[in-house]
Amino acid sequence: MQDKEINFDCKVDFDGNLVTSKETKTSKKTPKKINDKKKKQNNKTAMLEWKKDGWKAVISLAPALLILLVFTFYPIVRTFIISFFPHYNYLDDSFGAFGVDSFTRVLSDPLFWRAMANTAIMVLVSVPLSIIIALLITVLLNSIKRLQGFFQVIFFLPYVTNGIAFGLVFATIFSPMDYGLINTLIHFFGGKSIAWTGTAETIPYWAGIFVITIYSIWNGLAFKILVFLSGLQGIDKQYYQAAQIDSTPKWRVFTKITVPLLSPMILYITITSLIGAFKSYSSIVALFGESMGNSQDRTFITAVGYIYRYFNDVTSGGSVTMLSRASAAALILFVFIMIITFVQMWANSKKVHY
Amino acid sequence: MEVKLVNLTKIFSKKEGDVCAVDHINITIPNGKLVGLLGPSGCGKSTTLYMIAGLHRPSDGQIFFGETEVSKYPPEKRGIGLVFQNYALYPHLTVKENIMFPLENKKMPKKEALEKAQKYAALVGIENLMDRKPGQLSGGQQQRVAIARALVKEPEVLLLDEPLSNLDARLRLQTREEIKRIQKNTGVTTIFVTHDQEEAMSISDEIVVMNFGVVHQIGKPQDVYNEPIDMFVAKFLGTPPINILPAKVVNSKIKLFDDEFKEDVKIDFVEGQELNIGIRPEFVQIDENGKYEIHVEMVEYIGRDKSILFHFKGQESTCKAIVPSNLMVEPDSDIKINFNRFFLFDKEGKRLV
Repeated sequence: MQDKEINFDCKVDFDGNLVTSKETKTSKKTPKKINDKKKKQNNKTAMLEWKKDGWKAVISLAPALLILLVFTFYPIVRTFIISFFPHYNYLDDSFGAFGVDSFTRVLSDPLFWRAMANTAIMVLVSVPLSIIIALLITVLLNSIKRLQGFFQVIFFLPYVTNGIAFGLVFATIFSPMDYGLINTLIHFFGGKSIAWTGTAETIPYWAGIFVITIYSIWNGLAFKILVFLSGLQGIDKQYYQAAQIDSTPKWRVFTKITVPLLSPMILYITITSLIGAFKSYSSIVALFGESMGNSQDRTFITAVGYIYRYFNDVTSGGSVTMLSRASAAALILFVFIMIITFVQMWANSKKVHY
Repeated sequence: MEVKLVNLTKIFSKKEGDVCAVDHINITIPNGKLVGLLGPSGCGKSTTLYMIAGLHRPSDGQIFFGETEVSKYPPEKRGIGLVFQNYALYPHLTVKENIMFPLENKKMPKKEALEKAQKYAALVGIENLMDRKPGQLSGGQQQRVAIARALVKEPEVLLLDEPLSNLDARLRLQTREEIKRIQKNTGVTTIFVTHDQEEAMSISDEIVVMNFGVVHQIGKPQDVYNEPIDMFVAKFLGTPPINILPAKVVNSKIKLFDDEFKEDVKIDFVEGQELNIGIRPEFVQIDENGKYEIHVEMVEYIGRDKSILFHFKGQESTCKAIVPSNLMVEPDSDIKINFNRFFLFDKEGKRLV
């Protein structure tokens, strides 16, 4: 009997230790499992052990958990619920009837599809482009010997630069006025000024997209280079020496050695930038004002911009029921991001080498 | 292809000053031979190998492959195969892809490349592992893949950098015979670097003993072992290591400690000259009428032989002897011995006899 108890204690101890390293969800389950499995006699010891270690875990996780619950999980659940109640009124918190009206309205709204198209361009064009550019710059940066530190600083500067300063620089370069840097250049070659940014109705669609693409590439470059560079410096130099001895052409070294060995970093960067592109909002506001283009067409509206437009409608005196529509749009965006991420993970599970 | 190193020198410039890693060495490696560069760590052997490979640029001197001087050629133009110490197999490629990699660089047709890869995989005995990744292989298997990858482009010269240092003792024995066999089969001129004298002696046609960037001796392993040119070589080769006994010339006779060194030495000595007598453990012979009296401290059985730890009468420092195990020797007893052979070195370590 005595022996048995000691043995059991050991097991619980082990479980208890596991509990402390996991989330509280599992820790709550643990005693139950033991209750089912073990005799009543031993339950007391098990509970005591769990109380000791389990509560430690709960207390340690509590601050972070509380903040997450209040500011992340609760709003997510709320959004989900509200989106299914088209007549939800946020002023008196009345839900009204259940329905999918908000979804059908969003999906039949041409503005929503414009937002999705703009977002898709950012996801499909600027993300791959910026990753390729960052990768090439990193490899070049890593291959120079002299002044490497100097160039690393130059490429990393945008990361520590204030967003406003950043926006001002872009506003100067792509100013719609004649004195804008690019427009001055165009004038020099005898062309006409182009409205690159701002809220004018005369912004050509291609020009706006061009500026957005340049802006988002430049904006994300520093961080990507930082991650790639640290990854690159972790690759054993002997792979390159071996490749050199086997007279491997430079391009083949890049595609057959560098890229595969960097693939975990590339995956990480791809997922984070894709999600970032899906959520892009502030950069567009910086370039085209809060209406994201002229106030009628909202030419450069993004998915998040669309959500925010309806949300804003509510707070600025529009119909209070618009909140349901914003929630529905948010939910649709969420589903899109999730699908893309899963596809990504699945595709990469075959290509990424850890 | 014959490899010739002429006055080859490598100086590394560092903050603390220049370090001469390889100092004007001259070595000729005959065509089709397996040559071991041997020396303690930091002796410049790997640097020499990397210079032959072209990964290090020599500070001075020339390297010849046959008649051609290759010192200025980049590695890819030298036609060499190199096996790295930790193999440097591409972790994301399968064994097959790894071996085919050098051939694909040459734009060899896929079918031909595959045939070649299979041929060399069979040669090193890994033909059934072709679809595995390096991470799924043992150290010995990785080693063979690395050799196959180096050989597949049929290089003129094969270089191996500490090829066995990452393997366990048993695998090491097995693999070194394997390397010897592969080298024999292909007839490729092979240079390998090692700090393990046993490894170098067992498989090399010739060994080059180096220390502090200088070549001490070049020759057939047995010759170098039997007739070391100086004390460093004598000490570096052989396990257990050679016993070095200090001696002095007094009254035109060599004195070993307090006793007289009772061997015929036909050399003129300067009075008072300090000498070192080198006696390999197997040179010691137990003899009832032996000339020297010793005290046995410990007796170890090492299978076929017996190893004896002893000291000379009235001396502190211990020596080692290897005798056949059927000889009866009691620990903590006094016995008499003779020396079969001995080496005589002067104070600087130069061989005299």
